[in-house]
Amino acid sequence: MASGTGRRRIGWGLVDLLVVGYALVPALWILSLSLKSNETMTDGRFLPHDPTLQHYAAILGDGAFLRPLFNSIGIALISTFFAVVIGGFAAYAIARLEFVGRRTLVGAALLIAMFPQIALVSPLFKIEIALGLFDTWPGLILPYVTFALPLAIYILTAFFREIPRGLEKAAYMDGATPMQAFRHVIAPLAMPGIVTTAILVFIFCWNDFLFAISLTSTTASRTVPAALAFFTGSSQFENPTGSIAAAAVIITIPIVIFVLLFQRRIVAGITSGAVKG
Amino acid sequence: MSGNAATRAERRLALWLCAPAASIMLAVAAFPILYAVWLSLHRADLRAPDQTAFIGLDNYVTVLSSPIWWNAFGVTLFIAAVSTAIELVLGMALALVMHRTIVARGLVRTVTLIPYGIVTVVAAFSWRYAWTQHTGWLAGADAPLAGTGSAISIIVLAEVWKTTPFMALLLLAGLVLVPQDVLKAAAMDGATPWQRFRRITLPIMKPAILVAVLFRVMDAFRIFDNIFVLTDGAHGTASVSIVAYNNLIQGLNLGIGSALSVLIVISIALIVLLLLRLFGAVGPRTARGWG
Repeated sequence: MASGTGRRRIGWGLVDLLVVGYALVPALWILSLSLKSNETMTDGRFLPHDPTLQHYAAILGDGAFLRPLFNSIGIALISTFFAVVIGGFAAYAIARLEFVGRRTLVGAALLIAMFPQIALVSPLFKIEIALGLFDTWPGLILPYVTFALPLAIYILTAFFREIPRGLEKAAYMDGATPMQAFRHVIAPLAMPGIVTTAILVFIFCWNDFLFAISLTSTTASRTVPAALAFFTGSSQFENPTGSIAAAAVIITIPIVIFVLLFQRRIVAGITSGAVKG
Repeated sequence: MSGNAATRAERRLALWLCAPAASIMLAVAAFPILYAVWLSLHRADLRAPDQTAFIGLDNYVTVLSSPIWWNAFGVTLFIAAVSTAIELVLGMALALVMHRTIVARGLVRTVTLIPYGIVTVVAAFSWRYAWTQHTGWLAGADAPLAGTGSAISIIVLAEVWKTTPFMALLLLAGLVLVPQDVLKAAAMDGATPWQRFRRITLPIMKPAILVAVLFRVMDAFRIFDNIFVLTDGAHGTASVSIVAYNNLIQGLNLGIGSALSVLIVISIALIVLLLLRLFGAVGPRTARGWG
């Protein structure tokens, strides 16, 4: 075993490099655009000729970027929390319990996932104006939770189904209520599915452009993707490409942190151990 | 649980568990969806608001007899099918690496997700710059975004690069459910890696694969941002969502635009039904499946 380890590490290192290259080369192009000066923006080189931080300085010195960044973080975190919790409850019922209306719920979730979002924007705009939700945090959180729910319900249902029923039965025999069985037995075992859902929902909310641009009008609730559309460049009359690229680089950092923190929970072997024991 | 009391308790619990999800979906999505269906049955043009009237299925007839719809339908179906197929294979490879690598696993998992984490519109712009004649590092002297075939290839490339991590992450979550001891036992019985993958890993991962493919197909069929930025639907690259957008937002023809939206839903529903027929159900399967 020990003799092969060195070569195996090198082999995996090379494979890792390939994967990282696939993911990063186009992303590095955006980084490169963010470091190019306006004069060299269109010189056709992959690397910046004379790297400059002027675009970063410009957007960070401007409230038009920092307030949307704060909105994005708050709205995405709250939406993710609600989508995972509410979706988790529904998924548990769908996976485990017998009740009237289960098919309807599953079908309704699918219908929402199928509907082209451009068709929903103008009616939502009308409703939110009427209810005073337009340009507020809840005004974005509500649609985000709604449109993340189908994915959350489907992923979590698939994962809850994979957990052997015997485990809950054992918990019931030990006198646990269904809620306790869910919290202490099922949820920990479904952690890979829950974390995956959280990451995907967070990214969905973080990257949404369509709702953000249609349901906000000021920096009170405008998120970064929508704020990008109002960028004008370091000075008012310049091409905003560099500023947009710089903003894109900055707003990818929270995603990286979020994924770094949570990916550890996607690990093997918990279920198999539980079945054996 | 066979007793009547237990069933009633179970039903009550299910109701409480589903109530939040059902009510928020109903509150936010029901009206917009019903409104779109209502609009699709009316002549509703914002340029002539006083001529709004019920016209039955006329909007659908108009759309379905137009070559614009059928061209867009073909393009969308092609992009959705090709990109989902590539993403499934590539995503599975990425998931295996994310799962099995013994070097810098956290880093690989995180970096792999970066393409999915970049705002779609920005990523699409960066592809457009990269492929722009003379000024992009990938284009050289050609103008690949101006030809139908090359533009569609670039759209597929942008889509695949962006969303393969979505597939990979879902497959990774399915992969970790595969019990290691079963794989080890099979290896000891002389099963080759491929046999272990085919006979043990794939069947256990089936629900995760199905969810991943289902949601990718539904999303790919509604492809909008990438095409909007890369070609704006020019040179025969318009997807059905682009056509719907052009009618709803640009043309202000809500009746036709809504009919297009409903037709998109019907198309996706047919694709989903076909997939479920072929590969089995995820959602509506009986709760008692595990026995």
